[in-house]
Amino acid sequence: MKPFSYERVSSPAEAAAAAARAGGAKFIAGGTNLLDLMKLEIETPRHLVDVTGTGLDEITETDEGGLRIGALVSNTALASDERVKRDYAVLSRAIVAGASGQLRNKATTGGNLLQRTRCPYFYDTNQACNKRKPGRGCAAKEGVSRQLGIVGVSDACIATYPGDMAVALRVLDAVVETVKADGTTRAIPLGDFHRLWGDTPHIETVLEPGEMITAVTLPKPLGGTHIYHKVRDRRSYAFALVSVAAVLDADGHGRVAIGGIAPRPWRVEAADAALPDVKVAARALTQGASPTDQNAFKIALVERTLAGVMAKARGEAA
Amino acid sequence: MKYTTPAGDTVIDRQRVVGQPTTRIDGPLKVTGHAPYAYERHDVAANQAYGYIVPSAIAKGRVRSIDLAEAKAQPGVITILTTTEVDELPLGMGHTVPLFGGSEIRFYHQALALVVAETFEQARAAAKLVRVDYERTQGNHDFHALAPDAPLVEGSDGPDVSKVGDFEAAYASAPVSIDVTYETPHESHAMMEPHASIAAWEGEKLTLWTSNQMIAWSKQAVAKMLDLDPANVRLDSPFLGGGFGAKLFVRVDAVVAALAAKKAGRPVKVMLDRPLVFNNTTHRSATIQRLRFGAERDGRLTAISHECTSGNLAGQEGENGIAQTRLLYAGANRYTAQRIARLDLPEANAMRAPGETAGLMALEGAMDELAEKLGMDPVELRIVNDTQVDPETPNRPYSSRMMVECLRRGAEAFGWDKRNKTPGGMREGRWLIGHGMAVGFRNSVQMKSAARVRLSSNGKLTVETDMTDIGTGSYTILAQTAAEMLGLPLEDVTVTLGDSDMPASCGSGGQWGAQNSTSGVYAACVKLREDIAGRFAMDPNTAEFIDGEIRAGAESRKLTEATASGEIVAEDSVEYDELSKKYQQSTFAGHFVEIAVDAYTGETYVRRMLAACAAGRILNPISARSQVIGAMTMGVGGALTEELAVDTRFGFFVNHDLAGYEVPVHADIPHQEVIFLDELDAIASPMKAKGVGELGLCGVGAAVANALYNATGVRVREYPLTLDKYLDKLPAV
Repeated sequence: MKPFSYERVSSPAEAAAAAARAGGAKFIAGGTNLLDLMKLEIETPRHLVDVTGTGLDEITETDEGGLRIGALVSNTALASDERVKRDYAVLSRAIVAGASGQLRNKATTGGNLLQRTRCPYFYDTNQACNKRKPGRGCAAKEGVSRQLGIVGVSDACIATYPGDMAVALRVLDAVVETVKADGTTRAIPLGDFHRLWGDTPHIETVLEPGEMITAVTLPKPLGGTHIYHKVRDRRSYAFALVSVAAVLDADGHGRVAIGGIAPRPWRVEAADAALPDVKVAARALTQGASPTDQNAFKIALVERTLAGVMAKARGEAA
Repeated sequence: MKYTTPAGDTVIDRQRVVGQPTTRIDGPLKVTGHAPYAYERHDVAANQAYGYIVPSAIAKGRVRSIDLAEAKAQPGVITILTTTEVDELPLGMGHTVPLFGGSEIRFYHQALALVVAETFEQARAAAKLVRVDYERTQGNHDFHALAPDAPLVEGSDGPDVSKVGDFEAAYASAPVSIDVTYETPHESHAMMEPHASIAAWEGEKLTLWTSNQMIAWSKQAVAKMLDLDPANVRLDSPFLGGGFGAKLFVRVDAVVAALAAKKAGRPVKVMLDRPLVFNNTTHRSATIQRLRFGAERDGRLTAISHECTSGNLAGQEGENGIAQTRLLYAGANRYTAQRIARLDLPEANAMRAPGETAGLMALEGAMDELAEKLGMDPVELRIVNDTQVDPETPNRPYSSRMMVECLRRGAEAFGWDKRNKTPGGMREGRWLIGHGMAVGFRNSVQMKSAARVRLSSNGKLTVETDMTDIGTGSYTILAQTAAEMLGLPLEDVTVTLGDSDMPASCGSGGQWGAQNSTSGVYAACVKLREDIAGRFAMDPNTAEFIDGEIRAGAESRKLTEATASGEIVAEDSVEYDELSKKYQQSTFAGHFVEIAVDAYTGETYVRRMLAACAAGRILNPISARSQVIGAMTMGVGGALTEELAVDTRFGFFVNHDLAGYEVPVHADIPHQEVIFLDELDAIASPMKAKGVGELGLCGVGAAVANALYNATGVRVREYPLTLDKYLDKLPAV
């Protein structure tokens, strides 16, 4: 770990300003991903701005009938919030499908959106990785790639966005609220938040340097059946091979987002429109896929997982 | 004590303490965080500095130069030890390649330097600034590419091939036959505690506080590698956070700590980073195993062939997947052979039940396939092929073999007769339900083991031996043994382990620890009893030790009378000679598994598992059960998830952390049942006990694979059974 300086701030505006003031700064809240990456010197911030004192730890109701989730609300608090469990159950279910209890207690809503890929070549600093060292090449493409992405990936990088929470937020049409160093704020639809990185895989979101997430808002409840099915090799503490977040009505109409296959939670309009036709929807979701030999199974797995989710929504197969 | 003839009735047969379900006597220390594990022994030596290893970034080649300028200038750095400043260390026991020294690089994450600093963080930060200039050479990293041309393993008596009768002829004429090939992957021990050592010198005397399963072996290895008089080497390893074979032999943490401590002039501590556990230490080799069986229509095997290819660096055997096939089933015509591919990957070596774990994953899968082809119950097929003698050497009987009883008891308790009998034929909602079974088999090994016992003037007993407790329960069963022998309550016995200054035990490995280390304590206690009885002119053979007294006829004396003039010390060992040549000594289990497979996604979960085990006297049903359920859990990992993924271009295990190498989590293991059959094996040990620590693993993988076939109708012969290998063969959705 490289030496770094550290400060605590007490408001979002102060945080953004502090980050802008110090070069090479990062925000830290739960630190569950950042600290690991700093120990490996994959992340090497020169300055850490601790935002845990900024008071963004509440879930409030919006004028539009939705919820505003403060960026510092812990995964545990968010998943167990009665309003979330009742009206946005897919979110609650996605969160508890991820990490472990200890990690969810520390991890925050804003930080979770920014967790970085789990590609093993990203983590092993001896290996070529365009995400870690732009321009150095990608050792993963012809390497061990079973976990990696099949759609939205590029020649430069076939990593995935690894999280669960964001997949549910995507299906719920959540919006990310931020503040910039100059004090201006903006609202970014979650679908636009994570980039399809092309040949710049080290730039993973549309956030500008020093821009801080302050909240995530949810539109008013959608109703329907909320399902999150995460397919993985073991039953806990594993990243998704494929996950499906779905909000469906009794006929199987609705919307789905897929995790574990792309640089961001994967949602395709044509797929939603095709529901309840699983085959057509799955084809739309995996259109243009460029898998490796090792992860080509994910194409079939998307369809089969979607079919299972659909059956569950119809109450056909418990 | 020379154990040359099977024991008759002994004091142990009373089973007042031995054999009783007893919770771990070291449990409170562990759950309160007070058990001293190697890296946390802050009190044993003052002024400990922290070492951090610089690992090789390439798998094969050599070091041209190492630039330390920047690293040395970092705050807190005391010294840096580099591989090029020492000659290649001699091989210690069990080593395939040198642990340290010289400029040649033979595997990824080989230790090239150790940065020593005042704090761990300083050492780690400076280690990242050590610049190594490499000369890279292309290695052979692809096991599958090399396997077809792999030569036979050369043993001391020539190639490892065994032929009995005429396999080819019997196979060709058998009315029913199969020819199948199974594959098992490279696996990691993935124990909780990484390798760790603290080294301190006093003049020429070296002390290593370390985490090691085999203290006497390792003391000799350290002395050899560092060119020291063994009398000047002390190892202390009272607690281990698991080992599974990864700590049978000294690893690099110990030697670089010792070398750096000398260089720094102060104690140095080193723990391997988790990735180094996977790539710098040892692993179980992958295997490719071809099995051919010929059988009569009644299921009797007439021809058995098992060929296993594994891989390793030059100079060491691989995974001996055929070992159990030479012993397990009857059959007149047999062929077994072992091949080895020379791989440039980290060193393969013993991992829990080496040989049988991988071998049974193939053998017992093939038996399931044969049963199906015969239209026979898989349990009955095994029973039909039972043998009570070594099938290659029929004048060599088993000391005790209860395979059939394990299968019958297990099948009954599991409800085997109510299982799904049609592959793919049982469904509950979205779940395809399957049942599978396999035989568990693992040898019981006789090893010399010594101990010393001290009866102090207050009547309390201390047991001293360099035996280790790797989480198995050694402390407890040794205390039980001594308490039984001297008629003392368990709380009056203290057990001290893991110190090389104590009598050399059998150590922990190969499931030989329990019966041999307790037998060593038994032998020492026999001597102590003789000494005490002699003081009162009693006959030690008829005197009874009970409730802190020695009694003979109407006479009774308190043990504290015997120690009135000072403590009484006795030391002895158990040693064996011909019994293992005359008798085949093995342990047996019947493993039964029920799984559920998601018909949509192919996710496979174990729902319940049962093992019926015969392993001689069960010294402590609680710790023995704990061993077996832990092993069953490891078996589920081996069946479903565990695989070291190889980058065949660069020659390393890619998933080198506990997120990428997936061992089972609690949610994967919902229900386990263990049944111990009543068995006393007086040939195996004076305690009439055999090993059990590995038996619980042997066969589990195949039972799971057979259950997967039963659930889905899809036979997967390539472990681990991840869903990508059968998804496309599941029913359409």
